[in-house]
This record gives sequence, C-alpha cells and structure tokens, in this order.
Amino acid sequence: MSELLSATFLTALVSGAILAGLPLLFAGLGELVGEQSGILGIGMEGYMLLGAYAGFNGALYGGSPWVGMLCGVVAGLAIGSVVMLLSVRLGLDQVVVGIGVILLGEGLTSLLHAVQFGASYPRLGEMNDLPIPLLSRIPVLGESVFSQPLIFWAGIALVFMVRWMLRSTRWGLDLRAAGEKPRALDAAGVSVIAVRSWAVLVSGALGGLGGAYLAVVSAGVFVAYMTNGLGFIAIVVAMLARGRPGWVLGGSLIFGLCLSVATALQVIGVDVPTDIVYMLPFLAVMVALAAFARRSYLPAALGVPYGRGER
Amino acid sequence: MSDGAPSRPESAAPRGGRFWSRMLRALGPVLAALAVGALILLLLGRDPLVFYGDLFRAGLVSASGWQGMITRLAPLLLIGTGFIVAFRAGLWNIGGDGQFVLSAAFVAGLAPAVMSSVSRPTGLVLLALVGMVVGGGWTLLPALLKAWYGINEIITTLMMSFIGINLANLLIKGPWRSAETTVPQTGAVPLSDLLPRFGGTTIHVGIVVGMLSVLVGWYVLDRHAVGLRLTILGANPRAAVHAGLHVKRIIVVTFFVSGALIGLAAAVEILGVWGYMRADWNPGFGLALFALVFLARLSPLAMVPLAAFYAVLEIGGHEAARRSGLDYDFILVLIALVLLFLAVSQLLGSSRDERRGLATRLVARLNPRRQP
Repeated sequence: MSELLSATFLTALVSGAILAGLPLLFAGLGELVGEQSGILGIGMEGYMLLGAYAGFNGALYGGSPWVGMLCGVVAGLAIGSVVMLLSVRLGLDQVVVGIGVILLGEGLTSLLHAVQFGASYPRLGEMNDLPIPLLSRIPVLGESVFSQPLIFWAGIALVFMVRWMLRSTRWGLDLRAAGEKPRALDAAGVSVIAVRSWAVLVSGALGGLGGAYLAVVSAGVFVAYMTNGLGFIAIVVAMLARGRPGWVLGGSLIFGLCLSVATALQVIGVDVPTDIVYMLPFLAVMVALAAFARRSYLPAALGVPYGRGER
Repeated sequence: MSDGAPSRPESAAPRGGRFWSRMLRALGPVLAALAVGALILLLLGRDPLVFYGDLFRAGLVSASGWQGMITRLAPLLLIGTGFIVAFRAGLWNIGGDGQFVLSAAFVAGLAPAVMSSVSRPTGLVLLALVGMVVGGGWTLLPALLKAWYGINEIITTLMMSFIGINLANLLIKGPWRSAETTVPQTGAVPLSDLLPRFGGTTIHVGIVVGMLSVLVGWYVLDRHAVGLRLTILGANPRAAVHAGLHVKRIIVVTFFVSGALIGLAAAVEILGVWGYMRADWNPGFGLALFALVFLARLSPLAMVPLAAFYAVLEIGGHEAARRSGLDYDFILVLIALVLLFLAVSQLLGSSRDERRGLATRLVARLNPRRQP
C-alpha cells in the first residue's frame, strides 16, 4: 500500500486527472451555457471532434499550440453556427440535428484525416509548461497542479468567468430566462432567438476548444473517434451540474481521476485492462446517481424551439 | 364517380399537389444529401457518378446487394421498434448500442456450448431468449431508478450503454475467448447450423422476425389499449397517474420490452450473419436509427422505408468506399447529411404546431417537475 501513497504515484495521478479532465471541463462549460439557454447540445461529440481535427492541423501547420486552440475555437464556431441556423432560427428538432452533427463530425474528421495522412499519425511537440514560482516546489502538487501549461489556468479562469456571467450579469439573466421562461423574456423586450443564438455559438466554441485541448495538449496527436464518448459525458456533467460551473470543474476532475488511475498504476507497475479503465467514469456516475438518487434539474424550456406568438 | 369526370375537381388539385409535396419531402432530402456528398467527392478527387453507381449496385441492384440489404434490415427493424416502444411512453432509452453489444456478446459467447448440447431449433430459441433477457435486463437499473426515484433516464441509459460495451469486451477477451484465434473473439459456430436461410439467398429468417416486430408494434401501439396507455404516459405523466395507470410498472415493463427487442436484434445479427463475435465489435446502429425513428414520427410502419434506405447506404457504402479507396466514414457523412436535410424537409408542408409536438414531449419528459 505504501506504493499507492508514493510521490510518483500521486503526481502521475493528479497530473493525469488534469490532462484528461480539462477537455471535459471546456466542453462541459459549453454544454452548460447551451442548456441554460434552453438548447440541448446533443451534438457536443461532433463539436469536439471537429475542434480536435482543426486544432491538431492548426498546431501542426501553424507551428504553435495556440494557433491550434484558435483553430479549434473557429471550427467549433463554424459548426455551432450551422446548429444555430437549424435548431434556433428554424426551430428544427434539436435531437435530430444533434445526431446529424455527431455523425458529420465523426465521418468528416476521420475521412479528412485518412485522406490527408493515410495511416501515419504525426505527433505534435509538447506544450510548454509554466511552473509557478515557489508553488511549483511543493512536493506532489508542485509537479502536477502548479506546472501546467498556461491554457490550464485559462480553463480554471473560465469556470469563474462563466459563473460570474451567469449569476451577476444582465447577459446571464437573459440566458437563464431564455431557458426557463422564454415568453417572459420576450415580453421584457429581449429577443429569445438572439440570446439562444449566442449561447449555441459559445457552446460550439468551447466544445471546439475542448476538442483542440484533447488533440493538442492531452494526446499530441489526432486519431479518428478520439473523443470516445467524451461529448456525451459533457452532457451528463452539465446536467448534473444544474447550472453551476463549479460543479462542472469538480465533475471533470473526478472523471479525469478515474481515467488516470490506470496510467498512474502502470507507473508503479500494476497493470489494469483498458476495458475496466474506460468503464470506471461511467460506473462512477451510475454509483453516484444510485447512491444519492439525485434529480438533475433542467431548464423548463430545454429543447423547445421558440417562435414569437406561438402557443 | 368515373375517372374521366371527377365530381369534385376543386379537391383533386390540392390532393395532387399534396402527393407531389409528399414525394418532394421524401425524396428531396435524399437527393440534396447525395448532391452535397457529390461535391465532397469531387473535392476529394473521386467521380461521384462512379461512387453512387457502385453504392446502389452493391447495396440494392445486384443480387448480393438486395439480399444483403434485406439481411441488414432485420436487426434495424427490431432496434427501431424497440426505440419506438420506449419513446412512445416518453422514456428516452438512448443506450441502445450497449444493450445491442452486450446481448450480442452473450449470444455469441454461449452459442458454441448451447448449439452443441441441444437440438438446433431449441438452441436457436434459447439463444434468442438469452439476447432478449440480457438486452431487457440491461435496462432494468435505469428503469427502476426512473420509476422510483425519477432519475433522468437519458443519463442512466447512456452510462449503462458505455458500461455494457466495455463489459462485453471484457467477457470476450476473458471467459469466452476462443483459443483458436489470435484476435480476441468468441468460438465460431458454422452458419449452416444457425438461422435457416431462404432458398438460394443469403437472407435468413431474421427479416420475418423484424417485420413481425414492426407489425405487432404497429398493432399494439396504434390499435390497442396498451399503446394508448403508453401515449398517455408519454404525453402527460401526471394525467397518467390520475387515469389510474400503474405508472411505475408501465415504466419498468416498457423499458424491458424496448431492451429485449434490441437484444433480439443482436441475437438475430449474430445467429444469422456472423456465428461469432469479435472484441470491440460495435456496428453503432443505435445513433442513426435513433434519429430515423424521430423522423418517422415514432410510427413503426413509417420507419420501414427509412431503415431500408439506411441499410442500402450501409451495405452499398462499404463496397463503394472500398472501390474508390475512401474510408467507410464517408458514408457517415452521407447519413449525417440525409438526417439534416430530412430535418429541414420537416419544415415543408407541416404546420409549426406539428413540429413543436416532439420537442414538447421531449421536454415534458426531461423536466422532473412535471413528473408524477
């Protein structure tokens, strides 16, 4: 047991949790913003894959991980605007559009990757870590938490920013009203369609950023279907977070922890079948749900297209 | 009323117009998707006409094509009916892939032992039952959590789906792994010992099972009191309680039937087409079918042509992609385009109220505050 508490193991565990959890954090925050405005972003898996592909190419040809992140955001915005047009402006069924986006993301990225690189998988260099002076010399936490690339801190800052915007700004109030009682928002003279459009674009951008983080920072490589259900977990995390960004952060890190346990165990020489590893986060959610029997609260108008003057 | 002199010409014109608008709504999205797909093919330097020619030859026109298409249709119809049963009651069973893969693993894993110890008909029935029990059983936990604690089944079925897929892999790599192959897979049973085929073709009796499930599903859901109860539950759970329905029991039974149909689809596919199962095998029918049954407006009969077209794309797509040296994933793009254009076509000729129906039902179910 002493090995389980060794500094090597704990460092690998924590830094692995952050590496695996951050893509989920971005995607989960994006999903949260969308859900709060009344748009169910089933297509998150598609946003992430397109962001991962664009981010990988941006980092590869742009020469900098930051170009990759930017490309991920742009790809997310592009697909987000398609969803905005179909689901918000035209009021089409959000589930069908979402599944279309997932299949499009899966098909398009693996098709383009195969045409571009064939069976070879070029790797990216690692992103520069930014050790925080003094703090990075704390034994376990120093090497894991306080020696992360800058984008990690951007993610943490984003949690607080989204929290502040949802709670304390006019924009956040409009957003939540669009999800809870769109008619009241309309009566107050704010365009529900416009608010939801912005929310979907933010959702797409953050989903794309999450995908780009996954490909550029976490993996350093693009592989077809690399999200492996992460977009669905983002939906679940956002639903369980019930509009509170802090919970998305917590959920993402717990998820990351589940995935990194296996890697960390391998560091100290214990081998675990990958199928069990992949099962862990889902098992964790099931156990949490069954044990606490919590109800996930969702905005009242989630999934309902809004049209003025409709009953 | 003779053909030459229709007594009400004023109503004949709109009827004709409606026919054309229906045809447009059915075929338009497909043609639009194929056109956009052709553009992508041109950009990739392939000849779209050759690709689509290959696709429809290999998926529909050639002997192996239409036979393969009908063979593939069998599990699709079963899965689709399974989805529709649950969705009618407003229960979002979106874990179809996990139920399918886990059932397939159990059927394939037990097939060698079962088929060698009992007669062929008994063995086939037993294995079909195994598929149904596993598929239905995998929905029990989400169903119970939903019925007693009101826990959102979208989350639980999805989680159970991922757990089921990984569990299936563990089983195939572990206890049921065949010693004869290097790739992890279950022991194979010769197809000649499995589901009987129609004379001279590759079509097995699974398509009969699939069509039966559609017809029974249509009868029960649209013509029987059971279907009415599900619709009441789906439309308004509180009203269902006041109407004296055993809501908890209906939720559990409906979920079980939905999972059992999906498990039966897995049994049919394993026993009719493969005879064994490889680790990591997941055809992923669930996702596309999920969207297709929506577009069929949860009608079992309307689902049949959509599922058949999906089967053509699946079967023909593999061959066309192989010949043109493209990844099969191009077909995913094509299916995504068909879905999106089909969704857009729902705008044509349907009132806005009609369109809101599905989404409103979704929310009614998503929102725990409106539950009993």
